[in-house]
Parts: sequence; C-alpha cells; structure tokens
Amino acid sequence: MTSRRSLFAATLFAGAAALAPVSLAADEPFKVGFVYVGPVGDHGWTYQHDQGRLALEEHFGDAVETTFVENVSEGADTERVIRQLVDAGNEMIFTTSFGFMNATANMAEQFPDVTFEHATGYRQADNLATYLSVTYQGRYVSGFLAGELSETGKIGYIASFPIPEVIRDINAVMLGAQAVRDDVEMVIIWANTWYDPAREAEIAGVMIDQGVDVIIQHTDSPAALQVAEERGVWAVGQASDMTRFGPTAHITAVVNDWGPYYVERVQAVMDGTWESHDFWGGMAEDVIRLTPINERVPADVAEEAMAIAASIEDGSFHPFTGPLKNQAGEVVVPEGVTMTNAELAGMDWYVEGITGALPN
Amino acid sequence: MVRLEPRAEISPVMRWLTPPLAVILTIIAGAILFLAMGYDPARSLRAFFIAPLSSAYGLAELGVKATPLILIATGLAVGFRAGVWNIGAEGQLTLGALAGGYVGLLFWGQAGWFILPLMMIAGVLGGMAWAAIPAFLKAKFDVNEILVSLMLTYVGLLLLSALIYGPLRSPEGFGFPESRMFSPSAQLPNLIAGTRLHLGAVITGVIVLIVWFLMSRTLFGFQVTVIGQAPAAARFAGFSRSRMIWISLMMGGGLSGLAGLFEVTGPIGQIVPTISPGYGFTAIIVAFLGRLHPLGCVLAGLLVALSYLGGENAQITVGMPQAVTGVFQGMLLFFLLAADVLVRYRLRVGKPAPALIPTRGGR
Repeated sequence: MTSRRSLFAATLFAGAAALAPVSLAADEPFKVGFVYVGPVGDHGWTYQHDQGRLALEEHFGDAVETTFVENVSEGADTERVIRQLVDAGNEMIFTTSFGFMNATANMAEQFPDVTFEHATGYRQADNLATYLSVTYQGRYVSGFLAGELSETGKIGYIASFPIPEVIRDINAVMLGAQAVRDDVEMVIIWANTWYDPAREAEIAGVMIDQGVDVIIQHTDSPAALQVAEERGVWAVGQASDMTRFGPTAHITAVVNDWGPYYVERVQAVMDGTWESHDFWGGMAEDVIRLTPINERVPADVAEEAMAIAASIEDGSFHPFTGPLKNQAGEVVVPEGVTMTNAELAGMDWYVEGITGALPN
Repeated sequence: MVRLEPRAEISPVMRWLTPPLAVILTIIAGAILFLAMGYDPARSLRAFFIAPLSSAYGLAELGVKATPLILIATGLAVGFRAGVWNIGAEGQLTLGALAGGYVGLLFWGQAGWFILPLMMIAGVLGGMAWAAIPAFLKAKFDVNEILVSLMLTYVGLLLLSALIYGPLRSPEGFGFPESRMFSPSAQLPNLIAGTRLHLGAVITGVIVLIVWFLMSRTLFGFQVTVIGQAPAAARFAGFSRSRMIWISLMMGGGLSGLAGLFEVTGPIGQIVPTISPGYGFTAIIVAFLGRLHPLGCVLAGLLVALSYLGGENAQITVGMPQAVTGVFQGMLLFFLLAADVLVRYRLRVGKPAPALIPTRGGR
C-alpha cells in the first residue's frame, strides 16, 4: 500500500516536474516576499512598506503574488524566515530592517538565483541590493517649520537608536531650525525602541513638561502625536500620514513612499534588467514626500517650507552643505562643500548647537 | 454555583496524558478558529504542524529554535522544584552572551581550539554572575528573588544596548549597532551541512541527561524535591535552604548564560542588539509544560519551538496574520493549563459538601 502510494506520488511528481517550465512561463505569478520588523499595523515604518507591497499587487495584478512575514525578530530567526520564503518559491525578497542585514547576505550567497533587496544596510552582492530613503530631506523642512512655529525655541526629538540615519536626521532638523532662529534648543530623548506606543507617549509628555512645543519623532507609532494633540503643542508625523491621530497638532509628516521603487525593481527582475545597487531615494525619486501642511500654519510659512522642499527636490539645495561645524565649533564641512553619501552613511557627530553627547 | 474542588487523588496517568490531550483540543479549536477566519483549516494545520517538519532543513531548524528553550527550561526547572522563582533568565542569557561573546571578540582574527571552550565558560559565568545578585539578596536578606531577577533582566538588556552602541561596536560597521562577526574558531560548528543545527544542540542534550540523573538518582535531587514541597521537613532534616537558593539560581543562570552564548556563536554569529526574542520568558512556560522534568522540558521545548516555526510558516504559506498565529499558540497553553486544573480539581455544581477536605496533592 505504502509503496504503491509513493510510486503514485513519484509519478505525479515527475509529471509535475515535466510540466513545470511550461506552466511557469504561462501563468505562474512572479512571487515576491517581504520580511518586516514590526507589525503591519504600526502606522509607521512597516505600515509604509506594506503599502508599497500593496502597490505592487495593484500595479501587477495577477502577474505578481506577494507574501509577508511581520514582527520578525532581528536575531537568529531572520535567516529561517528568509529561507522559508525562498522555499515557498519567492523569487525576490525585500528585507526591511537594518538588523536583517547579515542574514539576508547569507541567504543571498546561498541562493544566487533569488534576488534580494535590503533596506538601510551596507552589504551588497550580485543578487543583493540595498536601498534607503533619505528622510533627512524631509527632516530639514520639518526643522524649518518647527523653528518657525515654536514659541519656546525648544524642539523635542524622540530618537530611536544612535545609528547614522537617526543622527543625520537630528542634525537636519537642527540645521533647518537654525535657518530660522539662533536660539534653538533641541531636547533629544532616546527611546531605545522603534515601536513602543507607551514609551513614546511618556517621552512626549516629559518633553512638553520641559517646555518643548514642537515634537519630532524618529519612532514609528502615532502615540506621541496623540499626546501633542491633547496637550496643545505641534508635532511632525513619522513615515506615514498621521493627520488622523492629531488633526490640530500634525504640522506635516515625512512620508516614505516605497510603492514606485518596489514596482520598478520587481519589473526589472521580471525583465531581466535588474542590477544590484545602493539606492538613496529622496524627494526627486518620489520615495520621500511631505504631506500637505496643516492649515493652522501661517500661509507664508507653509509656502516657504514648500519652496525649500522644492529646492531640495530639484537639487539646487542640499541640507548638508558647508559650512557645517561640530559641537566643539570646529568646521567639519567647509563652505560650499556638500557631504557625500558615503560621508552621510557613517555620520557620527552632532552639528553645532545640539547640546548633550551622543550615547556611546 | 460552580466550584473547583481538589481531587483526593491525582491520576498519574492523566498527568502525563494532559499534554497530548491539550494538543488535540488545540487542534480542534484551532480548526474552528481558522474556519471562522476564512482559512482552510486542513491547510492551516498542515502549515503549523507538518510542513515545518517535512524537510531536513525544517527539522534542523526545530533543533535550532528548541535548543535555547530546552537548555534554559532545564536549568529553571530545578529551581522551580525547590521553590526558587528565577524569572530573570532573559537577563542571564543576555549577560552570558555578552561575557562569552566578549571573549570571542578578544580573539578576533585568531584561530585555536581553546577559543570556543573559553567562550562557553565565560558564557556560563556571565549568566551565573547575573543570577548571583538575586541569590545573594535572597539568601542573605530574604529579598524576593522574583522581583530582583525580573528587574535585572531590563538592566541586562540596557547594558547590552550600551555596550553594542559603544565599545563592542564593529569598527567596520558604519556606526551601526553590531559587533564584528566572530572568527571561524569562535563559531559553533554545524552538525549537518546546509543547516544551522550546531554543536550547542548536542551539548544541550548531554546537559539534560546530566540534570535528569542528578534529579532522579542523587541525594541532591531528593533534597530539591523536599525543600520545594515540604520546607519544614527539609529544615528538620538539616537541608540548607540558602545552599539550595544558590544552587538553583546558579544552575538557572549558568544554563541561561550558556544558551545566550550558543545563540551568538551559533545562528547569529555576532553580538547584536536583539539576541533573544524572549527565550528566557518562554522557557518558563516550557519548564512548566514539561512538568519541571528534564526530559519533559525537551518535549515541551520541541513543541513550543514547533509552534513558532509553524506560526511563521502559516504566515508565509496561508497568509495568516501574526496575531492569529499568536492566538493559536495561546490556545495551546490555555488548554494545557485548563486540562491541568481539571486533573487536579473537579468541577462541582451546588453548595460545598461538608465532607472531609482532602489533602492537597503535590505538584
């Protein structure tokens, strides 16, 4: 009985194998997998990646099938999840958090026929590309708006972890605010998490108690915004349009729009034109955009903010152009020189005017 | 009125039958849940229980996932039997990974057979050192070890965070929070090519057997049981309570530390900000699921590991959200605990009977 069944299964398998190439070309959808660090319902980072995934499905229809795994721990589990996605037939896999880097690189080495894209990392290979959003562009405009709108001159920054991306963005906010006024004080509090609504709300409360009246966050939940709304101060949304969580407080949000990038890259693999790269997407590449500025913001301020955004988008202005001084007042970037992506990738110093040391 | 009444006698057969019974009940309730949520129940259950075990890679991953759970649970179970409640295994794991990993980084770029054993010793000592704090406070001042060990977990995680953003940060890592990758001599060898099953799984098996022997065949095991179940009798017999506190926490801490070291030198390969997805806490569940018996911990560890693998697999193949897979895992524990209660107590409707109150059964 058993042997007959296995013989039957073997025949079936052989038949399927013979048919496989034909059916693959005919109507098998192209399978794309996503590995998320947070829940799809975080209303921030992971939510936006998932919006990008949905944009893929909408664009390609039945030609593409997507799968995601959420809340994947950045440790021993990552590699297995990626491997399971490969085993399930995914031909392209996006891993969307820094902590997935080495697991993604290992899997890329083991599966040269699968195409990998890793967000925010620095390891590339022939079948492994990296991509990130240059949020500092939006942060600079946020900083400008914060400088204009703050009465106390105190801007709060809920920081996640002291990695270059976050340090870059803190600096961008400071530079944007300093373009408006000299008395900016940034209150930076490290949440040590990307997503913890309770802690984010608590930090927002502490900041407001200290006189902060504009809160900018580098964490993913809308909790801080809700506190800002309650306490009557301004706040800037993170990664996603968070207007509905604080219609009065929400100045604007720096939105990550991954859809166009994902569509382009999947199309490239399907066309056979995909190449590995290290992609920095900003406003010009439609990866970063600002949501419409709150109507409570004076019209001339909003207009000026949009003009700055436009100048960043068309490349006529770069927030990290010298002269830039560090906290000690030493010139790090001379006048007229713009920092390169390589320099920005490893940024580990605060610009002048930020008080307090980097956690080290 | 519905009451729970202690049973005079607890059937030893039922005590061992409840876990499989709970699994069966979970499967039935899970099927109903999946059906109600609009997923094919047969396919979902297959994704949970069978698919992860249907390849050599899947079986190896089961071992990878279960190793830290079994190792920690085995250590904790000894303490739990003695009535010493070490809830801080997660912190002890972290300290073990840090201490052992640090030794590995000291020998970065070097080769030598002695590196791994040194790292293991450091890992065990790291976990023990962290557990020594609640042990000292408990033995000396009778400070509640539950609170101390739990709170130290958060201190341990922050310490890891401070070190990985500071001195342990890789100089080649562009400022990202990760250590260097360990040199080959500082990584646990894989047992089967093409999988991640590492030497740590074998060591864990040996340790489980040793603990089993200690608990069931030696005076020490007898003392643990007596101190846990009848402290007064233990005192009368001259068993030292503070010695038991120390031994319990050192075993729990040491094995947790070793588990943490296995994670960083095995599947992860470097020190990172998130070493464990909560193994130290999950292992508490594993210990009780396994009836605080070393071999029971092995079965329970494998079952819980399978539920994680199955949860991931169900997300991938059935498209189930993680919340649903979490509910399913929760149901498994719920049924187990419910079955446990019913084995020890009976449901009575009506007023309490004025009968003799039976003595309460042991654990």
